[in-house]
Amino acid sequence: MRILDTNSKKKVNTARSNFYALGLDFLLLVILALCIIMALCAGKYQVTPKESLEVLFGELLGKGGTYSEMTKNVVMGLRVPRIFASVLCGVTLAMSGVAYQSIFKNPLISPDFLGVSSGACIGAAVAILMGLSGLYLSAFAFIGGIVAVLTTIMIPTIMRSDSNIMLVLSGVIVGGAMSSILGFIKYVADPETELAAITYWTMGSFSYVTLDEIGSVIWTMIIPMVVLFAMSWWLDILSMGESEARSLGANIKVIRNIAIACATLMTASSVCISGTIGWIGLVIPHFARMLVGPNNTKLIPAAGLIGGIFLLLVDTLTRSIGVAEMPVSILTGLIGAPFYALLLYRQRKTLS
Amino acid sequence: MIIEAEKLNFSYTKNGRQILRDVSLTLQEGEIMSILGPNGAGKSTLLNLLAVLNQPNSGTIKLCGKDTKKMKPREVASIISYVPQNHTPAFSYTVFDFVLMGRAPKIGMFEKPSSTDFEIVQQVLEDIGIADLADKAYTEISGGERQQATIARALAQEPKAILFDEPTAHLDYGNQLKTLRVIRSLSEKGYAVIITTHNPDHAIMLGGTTGVLDRNGHFETGLSNEIITEEMLNNVYGRTNLKLTYMEDVDRYICVPPNL
Repeated sequence: MRILDTNSKKKVNTARSNFYALGLDFLLLVILALCIIMALCAGKYQVTPKESLEVLFGELLGKGGTYSEMTKNVVMGLRVPRIFASVLCGVTLAMSGVAYQSIFKNPLISPDFLGVSSGACIGAAVAILMGLSGLYLSAFAFIGGIVAVLTTIMIPTIMRSDSNIMLVLSGVIVGGAMSSILGFIKYVADPETELAAITYWTMGSFSYVTLDEIGSVIWTMIIPMVVLFAMSWWLDILSMGESEARSLGANIKVIRNIAIACATLMTASSVCISGTIGWIGLVIPHFARMLVGPNNTKLIPAAGLIGGIFLLLVDTLTRSIGVAEMPVSILTGLIGAPFYALLLYRQRKTLS
Repeated sequence: MIIEAEKLNFSYTKNGRQILRDVSLTLQEGEIMSILGPNGAGKSTLLNLLAVLNQPNSGTIKLCGKDTKKMKPREVASIISYVPQNHTPAFSYTVFDFVLMGRAPKIGMFEKPSSTDFEIVQQVLEDIGIADLADKAYTEISGGERQQATIARALAQEPKAILFDEPTAHLDYGNQLKTLRVIRSLSEKGYAVIITTHNPDHAIMLGGTTGVLDRNGHFETGLSNEIITEEMLNNVYGRTNLKLTYMEDVDRYICVPPNL
């Protein structure tokens, strides 16, 4: 290249900021580990940190230990699946939020937006109406979510438009239709039994999570995670807008479709095990962006870890406070909404 | 020849206004072409076609002898850099990350920039003279600095031709001159450059060739000092009685509007 024909090697000062992001990720991992230990101990049945670690390592390594059967059942049977599920869902929801926001170059978009969550809810509601439960219910939720997204993506194709705004509007259309369908299903549901189950599903909960359920969706969570991280640099390019991304040589259609597919798989999988949980995909990416900046390669791991920590803490709270357990979405909303307002306040200059 | 466009026709909708009619142009290494034309004539549209961001209704564009219809976006981007008008992105990437995006045509879909890419970006930032902005947020620097960052990104792309869409719009006099100087030095280094502008003086200062696009989509090119005449200017800008006079102080023709 003509302007660059000097061969001198230049010291590049990005090393410092990479170091900062890696350090932060490490710190977040430590915090996550501490939160997990705390969550193992918290709850109606008190366990000391030492006991919980004894049970955890004793069972995982198959050595057994001096702890009681009751403690073992509470820790391994109840708390470990919940903790595992809430961390996984937090990570996937936050990461898919980051991906959607970059794809639609709009920091105000969240996974709920493409109709994924409401589609998955309809799937689950239909399964409940049909008297199905367990893995069938998850499968229905999954299919519902995917169908909703495919519909959202197809509308612009039918209208022969490639533009983001068309996709956004299409998301509004599908989301609106979905909530009406869900309303209809609630209307015809048996108010004594089915309606309560559906409502519970729409507000999110980890109470009935089993390791089998987690196992059935774990790959549809982890594979998209890896793919999204692998293409994270191209998400930066995509977030510059269509014509710029194209002028930089990006194959927009392919990148966008892969990214949407990954984010959707992740959201739908998380809805499968916990029902819909709002706010995480919107608030956590913002928070992480304040810490590491908008660069997706740094943002995706940081947002994932923060999301995992956040949802774990919220779930631990829901089962620790009050007499009966609260749905998770109530707390994520109560914490998320004011927190989001605070973030917007701090970012008001850059957003306007 | 880096860009060869032949008989381009374009309209945005089927029965809409024909924006380009049989437009042909060629551009070779080191050549500067300034495109003049009234508002809405389709100057930006023409640039978009040359950068293969839009497809013409008919006609062919060849880049380095290759038909763009058979080229992938990545191949086009390694020949042509496009410097859009100033805009604010949704996210506040650092200037370094922003310029790094210019490396995209060289980076695979599941890859990240390598240390070679970092070095090239650092070099470009120093060449343009904005190395001290590297860690600043792109959204928080001034319009002139943003223009320089965008030019740096175009260079990081290692193209053969650079297309500027109104590079001097929204800039003060100082930054306009700075930008024009950069553009000229780019052509001296061998890049083919096309700019669109509303200021005939810029075309005169840059020399090279000038293309004039009128409202009916007709396009005419020639050497700047031959094609820019009072008659042409008054045709393009609607009988405004513009004057073209030689000014000894600056040793060139200048374009002056009449009194109101």
